[in-house]
Amino acid sequence: MMRLHLRNAVNVAATIACGATVLIAMAPLASVLWLVVSRGAAGLSLDFFTHLPTPVGEPGGGVGNAIAGTAYLVGLACLFGLPVGIGAGVYLAERGDGRLGHAIRFTAEVLSGVPSIVIGIVAYGLLVVPMRRFSALAGGIALAILMVPMLARTTEELVRLVPRSLREASLALGVHEWKTSLSVVLRTALGGIVTAVLLAISRAAGETAPLLFTALNNQYWNAKPDQPTASLTVQIYNYAISPYEDWHQKAWTAALVLLLLVGSLNLAARLFTRGRLRDAR
Amino acid sequence: MAPAHTDKQYEQELKDLRDLLLGMGGKVEAAIAASVRSITERDAELAQRVRASDVEVNRLEVEVDGACRRILALRQPAASDLRFITTALKIVTDLERMGDLAVNIADRAVDLAQAPPLRPMHDLASLADLSESQLRKALDAFVEKDVLKAEEVMKGDDLLDALYLKIFNDLLAIMMEDSRTIRRATSLMFAAKHLERFGDHAMNLAEMVIYMVRGTDVRHPRSRAVPE
Amino acid sequence: MNDPSTNSPKPKIVVDRLNAWFKTAHVLHDVTLSIPALSVTAIIGPSGCGKSTFLRCLNRMHELTPGARAEGTLRLDGQDLLARGVDAVHLRRRVGMVFQRPNPFPTMSIFDNVASGLRLNGIGGDHQAIVERCLRHAALWDEVKDRLKGAPSSLSGGQQQRLCIARALAVEPEVLLMDEPASALDPIATAKIEDLIHELRQRYTIAIVTHNMQQAARVSDTTAFFYMGELVEAGATEQIFTNPRVQRTEDYVTGKFG
Repeated sequence: MMRLHLRNAVNVAATIACGATVLIAMAPLASVLWLVVSRGAAGLSLDFFTHLPTPVGEPGGGVGNAIAGTAYLVGLACLFGLPVGIGAGVYLAERGDGRLGHAIRFTAEVLSGVPSIVIGIVAYGLLVVPMRRFSALAGGIALAILMVPMLARTTEELVRLVPRSLREASLALGVHEWKTSLSVVLRTALGGIVTAVLLAISRAAGETAPLLFTALNNQYWNAKPDQPTASLTVQIYNYAISPYEDWHQKAWTAALVLLLLVGSLNLAARLFTRGRLRDAR
Repeated sequence: MAPAHTDKQYEQELKDLRDLLLGMGGKVEAAIAASVRSITERDAELAQRVRASDVEVNRLEVEVDGACRRILALRQPAASDLRFITTALKIVTDLERMGDLAVNIADRAVDLAQAPPLRPMHDLASLADLSESQLRKALDAFVEKDVLKAEEVMKGDDLLDALYLKIFNDLLAIMMEDSRTIRRATSLMFAAKHLERFGDHAMNLAEMVIYMVRGTDVRHPRSRAVPE
Repeated sequence: MNDPSTNSPKPKIVVDRLNAWFKTAHVLHDVTLSIPALSVTAIIGPSGCGKSTFLRCLNRMHELTPGARAEGTLRLDGQDLLARGVDAVHLRRRVGMVFQRPNPFPTMSIFDNVASGLRLNGIGGDHQAIVERCLRHAALWDEVKDRLKGAPSSLSGGQQQRLCIARALAVEPEVLLMDEPASALDPIATAKIEDLIHELRQRYTIAIVTHNMQQAARVSDTTAFFYMGELVEAGATEQIFTNPRVQRTEDYVTGKFG
């Protein structure tokens, strides 16, 4: 009887301890949210989303160009990064057991461990210097280099998960191998790949360092690939390190906007996955 | 030695079935010998014992049928096992009929014991020996899966038929000579006929053994359809 | 080894001295066999005897395994399939395959699954009519005609397998290869598949690999017995199961294999 009581007591104590660790782990997240929301909410307005930044001291202004810039840069990153990343993933899954496959996989692993600022510098050397200018293109490519390893590894795993029997079924119908890979295998893995892409995008949208030497920043709207472009992350950086109080406020608000953006992308990824899981049942 | 079935229980079931059939065959052999002796030795009591022992033969028929049905249902026998089971189903019928024939002969013995003997008793004993040996050879062929022995049985039937015909003609002559012998003579004639039928059943048995071993059905060659 | 002397149906596929290797393992030895047209040929044998490998050689699916190699003669209506220059992809439209586990494409609807062979191969025509015809031939039309847009996962195992059969039929093959099509199904679904095979043999030549001897006995006209990569005996199914010529066949069929 004593043993039972003792066991129950240990059980309760362990449960409390686990709960406590969860709370401790959630504390930083909670504090971040709290800080950003409480400090940033004050500056939220429609203007903030649509107007250009104003010089210091002038009231109003917003980060409209930065939001558009982030979208532009991420768009460019996708243009270059998605085909390469997903393509590499499919290749690794279908034929990646040879020497070339191992080399590619190794490269992707190493690349994913490279600090993002180093990637920024590389992009600087590769694109900014020859072009003699900071550009959205350089920024987009820097972000693409960041996305590719992640996409390749995730795609490879997702494609490997597609049962061999589906491939065989398609081939037995007399469908070419490449068509089988695209239309059957990829299509089956598509749900997972979309989720992976959304997550890769949300990561790219939150990067600062690679953009510092590539896209630089821009106080105006920009749609040209060969010109510097504003981005939320760099703008936050600039506002934050400035000595001006109202710019600090703008930094908090921009941070809130970024958080909302990244958060909604993550949420979309989750909802998408859950929806597909429900259909599959 | 041929390999045994992987399923030992199945192997045992087949062996048990074989033993049942052989046991039945042995009883029928004994019955026919006893029934003819009851005629030649004019032993009415022996005749009664033959009648009584047929109950056991009938019981064995039912048991063998049941065993075959069970194996068919539960084991889905194939190839040689299938041929064995279908052979068993057929020869058990023949054996049961042979048992009945022994009883029929024993019935004649009861009749004949009350009257003085007739001459062809001696031939009848020979016919009986022949029939009995046909059965024995057929059963041996069955156990040993020996096609040559089975073929000997099939040839031996001609001799049997010839002996029967001789007895028949002798008895006919006796009846024509002396009408007081008619009752006894016809009894003997029936007994001889039963023995001839006995021999036919032994031949059926041999034909089934050939099918079981070779997989070719050698029955009724003249009424066969043109082979494909 | 033995050729079944089936007189009336002329052979659809003639295999002559087929050998196959997986890397260095010699898995099929000098297999010689005729598969008669418009009939069902069952391929039986213990595990690992090479029957699935043999089946996959018939539509050159064995090539998909790295290190696999086949040599010998394999003629479909007289045309050598293993010769250089023969397009394996095109061959697979003439020789279709159904697998052990039903494998409908999960992201496509029932209708799209059946039509997938047509769409992926760029074959035009009235897909609606073709899909209905194939579903009818596969004895599935009545059960799915009201939910063609539904997902294949909503079907039972037996229905999914019939869906896969319909899908294979859509590209109008001449030969249908079935690799243990009913082994993952319950007895009632199995009986439906066997009944279906009986119907299909009027239009297609069928070769079926099965580890279930009774199924082979029920369903096929010709049976080929493989052991350790060799064809031991082939002949009319009735003969193989009542009076086989080779002792090893007899031993396998009566359950005497140790």
